[in-house]
Amino acid sequence: MIRRLALLLALLFAASLLIGDGIVALPHGIILAQVRLPRTLLGVMVGGGLGLSGAVLQGALRNPLADPGLLGITGTAGLGAVIAFYWGLAAHFAPALPIGGLLGAAIGAGFLLGFAGRAPSGPSLILAGVAVSAIAAALLALALTLAPNPFALAEITFWLMGGLGDRTLSQVALAALPILLGGAILLRLGPGLDALSLGEDTARSLGVPVSRTLHQAAMGTALAVGAGASVAGAIGFIGLVVPHLLRPWFGERPGALLLPAPLAGAALLLVADMLVRLAPLVLPMSAAPPVGVLTALLGAPFLVAIARRAAP
Amino acid sequence: MIAVSQLSVVLGGRRVLHDVSLAAGAGELVALCGPNGAGKSTLLRALAGLLPDTPAPDPRLVAYLPQGARCAWGLTVEQVAALGRIPHRDAATGPVIEALRLCGILALRLTRVDRISGGEARRAMLARVFATEPDVFLLDEPTADLDPAASHDVMRLLRVTADAGRTVVVVLHALDLALRYAHRVVVLADGRVAADLPAADALPAAAAAFGLAFGIDPEPRLLPPG
Repeated sequence: MIRRLALLLALLFAASLLIGDGIVALPHGIILAQVRLPRTLLGVMVGGGLGLSGAVLQGALRNPLADPGLLGITGTAGLGAVIAFYWGLAAHFAPALPIGGLLGAAIGAGFLLGFAGRAPSGPSLILAGVAVSAIAAALLALALTLAPNPFALAEITFWLMGGLGDRTLSQVALAALPILLGGAILLRLGPGLDALSLGEDTARSLGVPVSRTLHQAAMGTALAVGAGASVAGAIGFIGLVVPHLLRPWFGERPGALLLPAPLAGAALLLVADMLVRLAPLVLPMSAAPPVGVLTALLGAPFLVAIARRAAP
Repeated sequence: MIAVSQLSVVLGGRRVLHDVSLAAGAGELVALCGPNGAGKSTLLRALAGLLPDTPAPDPRLVAYLPQGARCAWGLTVEQVAALGRIPHRDAATGPVIEALRLCGILALRLTRVDRISGGEARRAMLARVFATEPDVFLLDEPTADLDPAASHDVMRLLRVTADAGRTVVVVLHALDLALRYAHRVVVLADGRVAADLPAADALPAAAAAFGLAFGIDPEPRLLPPG
C-alpha cells in the first residue's frame, strides 16, 4: 500500500514537471530547472509537511477536526512575511519574505508553547493555538490597513492566499531544512500517539511522557508547517483531509498514518497545483489562481462530509 | 506489592483524601468500595502515580485501567490490546492473544472497538492491561457496562490472577462481587479508610458506609455461575 502511494507520488512529480501555466509540454531546460522544479519540490515539501502534521495533531489531540492551522503558526508565518513586505525589505532583498515568515513562525511557536504552559494537555494546547491565531489575525488586519499603497495591498493579499509559483530554488532550500527537521521530530511520535488514543491518563500509565509528546507535536508542526507557510503562504485543508483519506486504507491507529501521511499530502498538493495551472485552459482566466483557493474550495465540503459522518 | 502511606490529596480546593494508607501484597485481590465521591478513583490514581506529587511506577510492572476509558479512534480489538505492549517496546503477539483469550474476546480481535457493545469494549480495555503482563493490576470499575454473567467471569479472572501471585486492586461498586471474590475489602468514606477487613467480615462496615441496612434476603435472586 505504502509502495503504491510512493509510486503515485513519483508519477505526479513527473507530471508536475510537464505542466506549465496553461500549457502541457516538456519545457526548455532553464524553465524546467528554475520554474517547474522549484515549484514541484516546494509542493512535495509543503504538502508533505501539512499531511504529516495533520496526522500527528489529530492523533495527539484525539480530534478528527484538528488541522495544522489550528495552532496559529500558519497565521504568524504569514504575519512575519507581511511585515517583511510592508517595510519594503522584500523589494531590496528577495529572501526577506521567507525569512520574515520563518521568524514569524518561530515567534508564534514561542507564544504557543508559552500559552500552553509547562505541562500542556490537549485542551490547553488547542486554547493556546486559538489565542495565537486570533492575535496573528488581528495584527495581520492591522498590517493590511497600514499598507503603503494599493499595489502592495494587492500583492500581499495574493501572497497570503497561498501558492507555489514563482519561487526560486534558494527559497525552496531555505524552507527545506526546517521542514525536514520538523518531519523527523513528528515521525518519531508513533507509539506515543497510539497510547494517547486511550486518553492522557492511560498513556501516562503506559510510560508515555504525555506533555513531552504534545510539546514535540507542536514544535514539529511549527517547523514543518511554519517553514512551508513562510515560502508558500497559507494553504489550508490538506492537513485536515489527508488523515481522513488514509484511514480507510491504513486503519485508524494514529501511528500507522505517519508514513503514508506525508506522501499523501505531497500527492494531494501536487494534484491541486496541477489543477490550478491547467485551469486557464478550460476557464476564462488569464493566469493560474492561487492553489490555496482550490484546496479550501475542495476542503470545505469535505469538512462538512466528515462532520455529517461523525454525527450520530 | 504496591502501597501509599499517609496520603492526603487536595483537588480543586477540595480535600479528596485524608491521611490514607493502603498496601496490597502479591497474591492479594483488594476491593476498594464506598459511596460516590469517597475518593476511590483518586486513591487508585495515586497508586498508579498519576497525581502531581506521586512517583510514577515502572509501567512494565504496574498497569492501570481508568474509569470509563474509551478509544478515540476505530482501532481493532487486537490493536487496543497490543497498546499494552508499549511499556515493553516490543510487538510480541503471544501475550496479546493470551490476554484476548482470558478476557473472552478473542473472536472479536479483528473487529473495530467502536463497532462492538460497551461491555465488549470494556473487556478490550481490560485485555490491554493483561497484555502488559504486569505484577500489579490497578482497575477502576472493570465490571461497569458488563452483564451479570460477564461480571462474574471478569471477577473470577481477577481472583485467579491474584491467586497466581499478582497484586490486584480493583474499585468496585457491586458490593456483592467485592464480598464474593476479593481477599480484602477496603471501605472508603469521605476520603478516609472506614474499614480494611477480610472480605468475609466486611459486610457490616460496607453497609454502614453506604447507609444501608443488611440482613438475610428471602427473595429469589441470580446465583453466580458454577
